[in-house]
Amino acid sequence: MNDLIKKSAAELAELLAAGEITSVELTQAHLDRIAEVDGDADSGVHAFLHVDADGALAQARASDARRGAGQPAHRLDGVPIAVKDVLATTGLPTTCGSKILQGWVPPYDATVVAKVKAAGLPILGKTNMDEFAMGSSTEHSGYGPTRNPWDLTRIPGGSGGGSAAAVASYEAPLALGTDTGGSIRQPGAVTGTVGVKPTYGGVSRYGLVALANSLDQVGPVTRTVLDSAVLHELIGGHDRRDSTSIDQPVGAYVQAAEQGAAGDLSGLKVGVISELAGDGWQPGVMSRFDESVQLLVEAGAEVVEVSCPNFVHALAAYYLILPAEASSNLAKFDAMRYGLRVTPEGNPSAEDVMRATRDAGFGDEVKRRIIIGTYALSSGYYDAYYGQAQRVRTLIARDFAAAFEQVDVLVSPTAPTTAFKLGEKLDDPMAMYMNDLATIPANLAGVPGISVPSGLADEDGLPAGFQVLAPVLADDRLYRVGAALEARLVKAWGGPLLDRAPGLDTPGSSLAGHSTTEAAPGSSLAGHSTTEEMA
Amino acid sequence: MNTANLLGFDEVLERFDPALGLEVHVELHTATKMFCGCPTTFGGEPNSQVCPVCLGLPGAMPAVNVKAVESAIRIGLALNCQIAEWCRFARKNYFYPDMPKNFQTSQYDEPICFDGYMDVDVDGETFRVEIERAHMEEDTGKSSHIGGATGRIHGADYSLVDYNRAGIPLIEIVTRPITGAGDKAPAVARAYVAQLRDLIVALDVSDARMDQGSIRADVNLSLAPKGQDTLGTRTETKNVNSLRSVERAVRFEMQRHGAILADGGSILQETRHWHEDTGITTSGREKSDAEDYRYFPEPDLVPVAPSREWVEELRGTLPENPTVKRARLQAEWGFSDLEMRDTVGAGALLLVEATIAAGASAQSARKWWLGELARRANDTDTSIDALGVTPADVAAVQQLVDAKTINDKLARKVFEGLYAGEGTPAEIVEKRGLAVVSDEGALSTAVDVAIAANPDIADKIRDGKVAAAGALIGAVMKEMRGQADAGRVRELILEKLS
Ligand SMILES: [Zn+2]
Repeated sequence: MNDLIKKSAAELAELLAAGEITSVELTQAHLDRIAEVDGDADSGVHAFLHVDADGALAQARASDARRGAGQPAHRLDGVPIAVKDVLATTGLPTTCGSKILQGWVPPYDATVVAKVKAAGLPILGKTNMDEFAMGSSTEHSGYGPTRNPWDLTRIPGGSGGGSAAAVASYEAPLALGTDTGGSIRQPGAVTGTVGVKPTYGGVSRYGLVALANSLDQVGPVTRTVLDSAVLHELIGGHDRRDSTSIDQPVGAYVQAAEQGAAGDLSGLKVGVISELAGDGWQPGVMSRFDESVQLLVEAGAEVVEVSCPNFVHALAAYYLILPAEASSNLAKFDAMRYGLRVTPEGNPSAEDVMRATRDAGFGDEVKRRIIIGTYALSSGYYDAYYGQAQRVRTLIARDFAAAFEQVDVLVSPTAPTTAFKLGEKLDDPMAMYMNDLATIPANLAGVPGISVPSGLADEDGLPAGFQVLAPVLADDRLYRVGAALEARLVKAWGGPLLDRAPGLDTPGSSLAGHSTTEAAPGSSLAGHSTTEEMA
Repeated sequence: MNTANLLGFDEVLERFDPALGLEVHVELHTATKMFCGCPTTFGGEPNSQVCPVCLGLPGAMPAVNVKAVESAIRIGLALNCQIAEWCRFARKNYFYPDMPKNFQTSQYDEPICFDGYMDVDVDGETFRVEIERAHMEEDTGKSSHIGGATGRIHGADYSLVDYNRAGIPLIEIVTRPITGAGDKAPAVARAYVAQLRDLIVALDVSDARMDQGSIRADVNLSLAPKGQDTLGTRTETKNVNSLRSVERAVRFEMQRHGAILADGGSILQETRHWHEDTGITTSGREKSDAEDYRYFPEPDLVPVAPSREWVEELRGTLPENPTVKRARLQAEWGFSDLEMRDTVGAGALLLVEATIAAGASAQSARKWWLGELARRANDTDTSIDALGVTPADVAAVQQLVDAKTINDKLARKVFEGLYAGEGTPAEIVEKRGLAVVSDEGALSTAVDVAIAANPDIADKIRDGKVAAAGALIGAVMKEMRGQADAGRVRELILEKLS
């Protein structure tokens, strides 16, 4: 493995700026890594649905030319990126992980994609996802699952398992994800990477194929908090083509991350959400969480417990609002204008073609949610379901408002468990849905959240995530707290958590790597205290 | 599905009270569409005025056209409506190939304009039509069904969809049930649509061309047993696209309902098609009234919250109130009540106004629009504003008459040329050789010939029976194939026989 690809995007940007590497070299190194470990639907990480080697190298050459001329377009000019397949990309297939969009090539770029291109980041390809972002494991992709680089028999989280796995396996230093109920943060937690769901309206959704418009948000998927901050500043900001985007300047996230990394959190009040713990929460995940909270205290933060009583209704409300919006959003996939077309025998009507195409093109989870959503919006049921869910949403927003009167940020584990086995929860939708328990409230209220690796759970040696939530438009706090925690943890671990992930190059390494980490989890704090003592 | 069962109109009125309802769709002529930057011009190459947004491509998002909101508010104010302080768009969900997203972005329970009225004049009587709401929505694409006998989707070989129209802003104006119109119900319906169209034209928010579909009327009708204060079951007749058809459709449905109810039957609540050619309605369409549209607020758009300052600013831009304006014009033009009523009734008020503005006298403008042109519209079942004759044309024709280049009879031939699209009135006169002969020599010879050929009549005139001149004039005009100034011919005859 080329050591270059293990560096963070910020480090790579410095090397490019110093002229020590070229973008072509860097992009090629990542393309090589993809060829080496990504595999296909049946084996390997399978983070990518489409790799655009020629396009990425052409963009890299253009980037090098700009550097050569002394006119880089952006700090990240030349640093490659992977893009979740739910974002429209001119000339690159965009399938949303669904067979119904197989082969569709958009004639336009999503605003975030246009920004990334304008900044000169070569796009490596499109990453795998649960079909139309419906799922927490990427197993619902129409094109086969993505596998967790920590253990290829396990899920990488979802829906953005592809983006998280690509970053975790060093196939890309940066990726774009989308988060509707945790689809950036939960994959981040289970792959040991960083993921940010910005404030709703903070990043344009134009060109994001909507799952649930009132919940979706585009955000960064990276290996470090600073990288997320840099990428967030690049993609954020008002877009007149997205009416729901907020007309406010982008925050100083990089500055907040740098400030946080310096380690001092004095004056910061942190609230631990009491509802997001207890039965069903994996002990190893809770241990890493408690230790992380302790680190925040050591950094000078004041920690209190905060109750958000309505969070217990969040999952139920979410699974009415999301399917309702999705059932309407997905109506456009009818074979009339683009995508798959299945023509039944005989003399079919337009409706027959629509029916046959939707039957063949959508997977079971999508159909399940279309049916639920259609029912929830039906006349006579609207108030009882959709209307009631919206009222719950208001209550959850009030819980947040009340909590943020007491504290600056809220924290919880990102997901209740570490990565489960592929197939383990496929037949139990409710168990699958429970994974998003801690992440969903932020989407319902529109507040921003980040997931930062908190260590490896003792039971299975797999990564756990620490979630920080902040008030609307206070995304900078995520970076301050996230970077402070990251700095202390990395110091304690003696290096990034991902260094403990098994190498993917050796066959069978995933299991071997797994066993070696058994000793590691407990050592996360032990290691930390040792360092402290040594210091 | 034929005209077989109709109750006589008078008998309908003896036994029932009609209730009307009108839903009028107005296509705004904003430069761009409701939610994207595509142009709205009519008649472009199919699918040439489309983009990711109006094609509903995955990921595309709508953004509200402020000009359309402004037009909606101005229409609402002109209809004496309240303007919502806060309202949202909603998705109306149903599958149809001419709907790119398989939902229409519309407004549901939060219309931007509500609770208004319009006073409609019919034969000197004023009816107050209450406006329930006026809301914003986007138009759909347009399907053409190719093959098959009917041009309907059923039996077609294939269908083509043009999305140029998809996303064009529409304002849907819905009345409350109009009761108490009795025998005037068909006329009230027509007058309402005519007055609404005039208002839309005066507001300059739409092309307001019924023949091009930029104003489309749906007619709801029900009958209740006479004297009972209830509403019967209604039918909704879709896309009635001329003023005359609005009147005919109401009349037809009254008679059809009447026959069914008189027979002890009951009315099926349904959508009906209007057939312009046969003047009847037929049952049904693919979508039923009972369809559940699963409305919910459009999550990709923020609420529309027009400030009160803006609303008042827009109120200041409203054109003259139509009732006040009619009174003013009647006085300016010196029309009798009957003349004014006929002008309004024929849907020719704005046409006459524009013709006068183009230089014609009030009476001549009225004469052409309510005479020759109204007759033509009636004969060809065309809307009077869709004859291919503009107010400027009419003024030009009148100018030619005043200049004695042509006479009234020749003017009718000029109009024929205009219907046929042969050019401007002057060009048609030239091409068709219609100018009256002003060559005094030729005229004088023709008069001499006529006198010589009719010595008896000539004698009568010489004896002072001037009225007999008509017969000689006729002979001369026949000789000149109509291309002579009859007044000058008369003068010549009287000169020669004095
Ligand atoms: Zn468009």
